[in-house]
Amino acid sequence: MAGLELLSDQGYRVDGRRAGELRKIQARMGVFAQADGSAYIEQGNTKALAVVYGPHEIRGSRARALPDRALVNCQYSSATFSTGERKRRPHGDRKSCEMGLQLRQTFEAAILTQLHPRSQIDIYVQVLQADGGTYAACVNAATLAVLDAGIPMRDFVCACSAGFVDGTALADLSHVEEAAGGPQLALALLPASGQIALLEMDARLHEDHLEHVLEAAAQAAQGVHTLLDRVVRQHVREASILLGD
Amino acid sequence: MALEMRLPVARKPLSESLGREAKKHLVVPGDTITTDTGFMRGHGTYMGEEKLIASVAGSVERVNKLICVKALKTRYNGEVGDIVVGRITERRRSAEDELAMRGFLQEGDLISAEVQAVFSDGAVSLHTRSLKYGKLGQGVLVQVSPSLVKRQKTHFHDLPCGASLILGNNGFIWIYPTSEHKDEDAGGFTANLEPVSLADREVISRLRNCIVSLVTQRIMLYDTSILYCYEASLPHQIKDILKPEIMEEIVIETRQRLLEQEG
Repeated sequence: MAGLELLSDQGYRVDGRRAGELRKIQARMGVFAQADGSAYIEQGNTKALAVVYGPHEIRGSRARALPDRALVNCQYSSATFSTGERKRRPHGDRKSCEMGLQLRQTFEAAILTQLHPRSQIDIYVQVLQADGGTYAACVNAATLAVLDAGIPMRDFVCACSAGFVDGTALADLSHVEEAAGGPQLALALLPASGQIALLEMDARLHEDHLEHVLEAAAQAAQGVHTLLDRVVRQHVREASILLGD
Repeated sequence: MALEMRLPVARKPLSESLGREAKKHLVVPGDTITTDTGFMRGHGTYMGEEKLIASVAGSVERVNKLICVKALKTRYNGEVGDIVVGRITERRRSAEDELAMRGFLQEGDLISAEVQAVFSDGAVSLHTRSLKYGKLGQGVLVQVSPSLVKRQKTHFHDLPCGASLILGNNGFIWIYPTSEHKDEDAGGFTANLEPVSLADREVISRLRNCIVSLVTQRIMLYDTSILYCYEASLPHQIKDILKPEIMEEIVIETRQRLLEQEG
């Protein structure tokens, strides 16, 4: 869009945020009683739902079972009403398959799969409203859902997107900022140790700037961790009070 | 036809009205539990860089030198001697097995059994030790989280209200009408297919709804709690038990009676 200033002279973005500021995050765990674990997250206007089943016996061919660890199976789908233009194929298209693969790589790094040999863990994520940062919202929702299911994980997995405009790194991009065409990076982090679970970028960025953008994304992911940590502790505290002993 | 509709209403979480504070040490994955290396690590923890770190979200339990984290929801881990209720999904297809088992247990049958042994990868082997175990006939199955079934000396209960329960450790609960003859328990290899009376069916439906309401408020399931909940629900109609306000009312009464009984 010509004439749209992604970063004003005073340092404000299109939606009034500062360069490194996150959007408002709200999350809930245990939204589906039928699933082993479930969670819902809203990051600004991006809304994602994650559902986890498992660990259970391998469905389909037994030959796929790994003798020493669990198989993690992720499926990403975005609702037909999630974007401005109605989407024809909610899942099965290239982008969804790639997202599913990325989610799988991310969670295989975090879930302690050696504790459940010859089993399968299914993670299904659906984006209900896409306003930028869909990968990040999916990872955050899936982390909460896996925690809700009681599956052991090394640490939280917190993700955030980042971009680079006018020499400044922006964190947590909205759809408008993503559509403007600048470089974008998606980072999934294990906050306690600072280890990176997944780093993805498919744009051109000068290597001198990479460190700034990575730093902005990492800080934003730590911010997400603070929020998700609060949500999980609140949930555990409530359940502990109800159980009473 | 009469329809009942309700609009969304903001309700306070039940834990607030209980007015209690969480007493235990609550952790989330990535939290350091202790840096003291003298402890043994149990479930829900892992060792990382000289520190004991939690791997699930739950409360820390310490037994002497063993530290483990009990998660809110876990999948069932078999232990020798547990009672489980389950459905046969697949059978070994060998000739001797066919000859021996044909006519007794088929695929799709619901059975109760006891855990005989546990393998290293978590698989369990079951056996039906006596006629007490075996095929289950007419009744209602309720699936709940295994962490809500309390461990007791016996999991077969005959309730005074006229129905019987099998509380499987794997979270499968079987409610069935109490048979008049004492030697004809649920189990064995033939299912009792005589028609069940309306009064018995109502008792079973009420018990099922009570169990579902106890589960939503996270109360441990055992014969006493289910019985108290049943008695608290008697003034209401069976289908009303699942309405949120009535569910809360019944469960609060059950909780109070359980506290009085303990203290």
